[in-house]
Amino acid sequence: MLDLTYTAPTPKVIAGAKHDWELVIGMEIHAQVSSNAKLFSGASTTFGAEPNANVAFVDAAMPGMLPVINDFCVEQAVRTGLGLKAQINLFSAFDRKNYFYPDLPQGYQISQLYHPIVGEGEVLVELSPGVARLVRIERIHLEQDAGKSIHDMDPAMSFVDLNRTGVALMEIVSRPDIRGPEEAAAYVAKLRQILRYLGTCDGNMQNGNLRADVNVSVCRPGQYEKYQETQDFSHLGTRCEIKNMNSMRFIQLAIDYEARRQIAILEDGGKVDQETRLYDPDKNETRSMRSKEEAFDYRYFPDPDLLPLEIEQAWVDDIAARMPELPDAKKARFMGAFGLTDYDASVLTADLESAGFFESVAQGRDGKTAANWVINELFGRLNKVGLSIADSPVSAAQLGGMLDLLASGEITGKMAKDLFEILWTEGGDPAEHAAKHGMKAVTDTAEIERALDALIAANPEQVEKARVNAKLAGWFTGQVLKATGGKANPAVVNAMVAQKLGL
Amino acid sequence: MSADMSGAASRANGWTVAEARDALRKGEVTAVDLTMACLTAIDAGDGLNAFVHKTPELALEQARAADARLAGGDAPAMCGIPVGVKDLFAVKGVPTQAGSNILRGFRPEYDSTVTAKLWGAGAVCLGKLNMDEFAMGSSNESSCYGPAVNPWKVDDRQLTPGGSSGGSAAAVAADLCLAALGTDTGGSIRQPAAFCGITGIKPTYGRVSRWGIVAYASSLDQAGPMTRTVRDAAIVLEAMAGHDPKDSTSAELAVPDFEAALTGDIRGKKIGIPREYRLDGMPTEIAALWDRGMDMMRDAGAEIVDISLPHTKYALPTYYVIAPAEASSNLARYDGVRYGHRAKLAQGDGITEMYEKTRAEGFGPEVQRRIMAGTYVLSAGFYDAYYNRARKVRALIKRDFELAFAAGIDAILAPATPSSAFGLGEQGGADPVEMYLNDVFTVTLNLAGLPGVAVPVGLDAKGLPLGLQLIGRPWEEADLLNHAYVLERAAGFVAKPGKWW
Repeated sequence: MLDLTYTAPTPKVIAGAKHDWELVIGMEIHAQVSSNAKLFSGASTTFGAEPNANVAFVDAAMPGMLPVINDFCVEQAVRTGLGLKAQINLFSAFDRKNYFYPDLPQGYQISQLYHPIVGEGEVLVELSPGVARLVRIERIHLEQDAGKSIHDMDPAMSFVDLNRTGVALMEIVSRPDIRGPEEAAAYVAKLRQILRYLGTCDGNMQNGNLRADVNVSVCRPGQYEKYQETQDFSHLGTRCEIKNMNSMRFIQLAIDYEARRQIAILEDGGKVDQETRLYDPDKNETRSMRSKEEAFDYRYFPDPDLLPLEIEQAWVDDIAARMPELPDAKKARFMGAFGLTDYDASVLTADLESAGFFESVAQGRDGKTAANWVINELFGRLNKVGLSIADSPVSAAQLGGMLDLLASGEITGKMAKDLFEILWTEGGDPAEHAAKHGMKAVTDTAEIERALDALIAANPEQVEKARVNAKLAGWFTGQVLKATGGKANPAVVNAMVAQKLGL
Repeated sequence: MSADMSGAASRANGWTVAEARDALRKGEVTAVDLTMACLTAIDAGDGLNAFVHKTPELALEQARAADARLAGGDAPAMCGIPVGVKDLFAVKGVPTQAGSNILRGFRPEYDSTVTAKLWGAGAVCLGKLNMDEFAMGSSNESSCYGPAVNPWKVDDRQLTPGGSSGGSAAAVAADLCLAALGTDTGGSIRQPAAFCGITGIKPTYGRVSRWGIVAYASSLDQAGPMTRTVRDAAIVLEAMAGHDPKDSTSAELAVPDFEAALTGDIRGKKIGIPREYRLDGMPTEIAALWDRGMDMMRDAGAEIVDISLPHTKYALPTYYVIAPAEASSNLARYDGVRYGHRAKLAQGDGITEMYEKTRAEGFGPEVQRRIMAGTYVLSAGFYDAYYNRARKVRALIKRDFELAFAAGIDAILAPATPSSAFGLGEQGGADPVEMYLNDVFTVTLNLAGLPGVAVPVGLDAKGLPLGLQLIGRPWEEADLLNHAYVLERAAGFVAKPGKWW
């Protein structure tokens, strides 16, 4: 396999009124675990059900109800940890985070403060070919999601939907290794890609299945390097946390706004208050939610209803043995095995469906040609009409069959494009369509020779010009192709022109 | 009561579970007759305020089903046995309030695992029994229904049945039911059992499922039976116990035949006498009772061994950090949003006012006190000094017992309570800690997770029952019950309260 090496990107620098500033960003990603049942109850996790349809007694915190861990959610967290090359903690434990809110029926969220199930790991975030940021993961813990409070349905009443209450979340906490808005978006995208490869989170940001809390601070150039040397946070600025972001675009806008807000305060001689802020996309600004000093005291303590979670190394090994190929490895393999460029390999490995489609097209064929057709013709066409690869009207087998006709010279490139069009609209077998529509490259050299000889005889000036300037020989090729109605193989014609003109 | 019911059957509410079981199997009495006798006694016992929700219709329906099962020859031990249920256990469709106004009107859509097992075995539900609010109390006086009253009475004062399972103890002692379900977080089965002259066992933590039992302090709560004899305790416990996949803290252990373990043979067993339990100022009557208990065990062939449980003196403060801490979190769900009481709000009140008013109205003063204490010990800045330290001390208390058992001790004998039943309204009025001292001999077991049983052994000079407590090795309830059986037989406690109610 190809061993890809990367250089680190330069951090984003914002020029203030007085001097330059750099950004330091850490993220907490809340990823909903893909599972049929909730973390501590058997209730369904299906999105979009009638309000309060997916609520077990334990989710509604009825008196005397007790949580029982869903083993599959634990397995998903372990799988995620392995996918992020992280330490798997064989001993972890659940704690209660206590606060009152109507969509939190227990009055506490079951989480893992003191002993998370996953420890340190890393994510390689590629920003452009050959340039990538290695973001360290601090921890991943399992916790319950809250329900939904609805305040805008009635002037006097609030409503509560507990369908999401108790659904398993993984909170993936990064170190402050992200250095700009684009890097932040790329980090979320990469994490999302890995989670989707693993099948541990569907990554649907619109439904809130992947949400980010973004910690932003600014510092003068050079300070961050001091932090990296010592891991001493005092070299960095005071951070603010922007809560609950579920759009890549808004994440970037919010970070940029927040950094500039902090810079303005600092250059004005002020002090940034550590606080939680919310991003308002309508006004493109962040607003203070509440100061962390005034924030709730969550009174974390070990949940006495749950025993510590102890898992076996053999079980972890078994999960590791069943891991799918992850994006970085797949990309390297595509570059090595199919001779793809870094860019093409990235595009084709963006998601599993595209990669799988490409691979079945490329199998036993020329990889570069397959990549060109998949990316330029197929993806281009799909994007235009807003279809996903799963809904592609042209299957991998059809596209592969067409490429076989092209590779064997039975059809020309132009015919291939026409054939692709037919396959897109009508479906069916490529070879049958080619036969039916008379798509057959002229491989009979005698016919080409006759046409060429006639041209040479009729155009002595052109012959002279071509002998002086070989580039002008292309005129003959074009005329032969025209004369044969585009059915001749251009390479064959080219060769014959060169031979006849003695070039 | 059915017309052909014999004179004996009309007094069947006073039978032991074992007697009733045998009579039912022989067809000498029907479950309906037995149930009618109890329902009649319950109605006549309103003055005790033991039953707070009666379920006569459910009881008769279950009794008829039990009779059909008995006729079919399919009769588990509890089939047809009428029992009372502490208000802490969820019983489907029956008010379940944990003795609190905040759960007024709450009828669960489910049965606790324990009650479901009992009904599955054919037992008959007579109703819900009085208790201290959320099981917080040692006198039943924190109940929203007003206190249950001890059937024992020696002067014009009304006495406490103890708490928190006071209604359960009173009902069993007054023959309102054959057995009752209790729970024990710091002594709530054993102390009222001792005050009312009955037997009560707190099993090893994890022996009985907590699912469907309103939680007080999750790491300490354990349900158990309250009965008139040790044999009955063995029979009822066996029906209650067993692994429950719905309770993560329930142990995956087979339930032994507890009744079969009652051989009465404890020859060669070593009985530990913890010197730290001999408190300064212990009433001479309690000390003398303890000495008599030692003699009884010695006479049965056991060896009495002096032992030390050095961290005993820290048990009460440790308990009063850990239990309120867990309670403050467990009781957060009673917020007026989904069920139970919700305060009437004023114009402009928001969610904070709803919480504050609902909880201020719904919780009584003792519950509020413990929620506040628990919130305090878990708060940032105090967590290490209180909660974490208490957890460490708890581990030391547990180790004290482990060392004693490792040294060959089979059971530990101690008083159950520092006194006999006191008068209602006499304790804790000015200083709540006075009431907390009732738990001094019982909380250690809850902290260590060990099984303990209170057995009535004698009467004090006033004529009130006194009990002794036996503490067993973890998961060895069978052996523990056998020790209790020896004590019961030697003590020969047969006194019953005179019926005044």
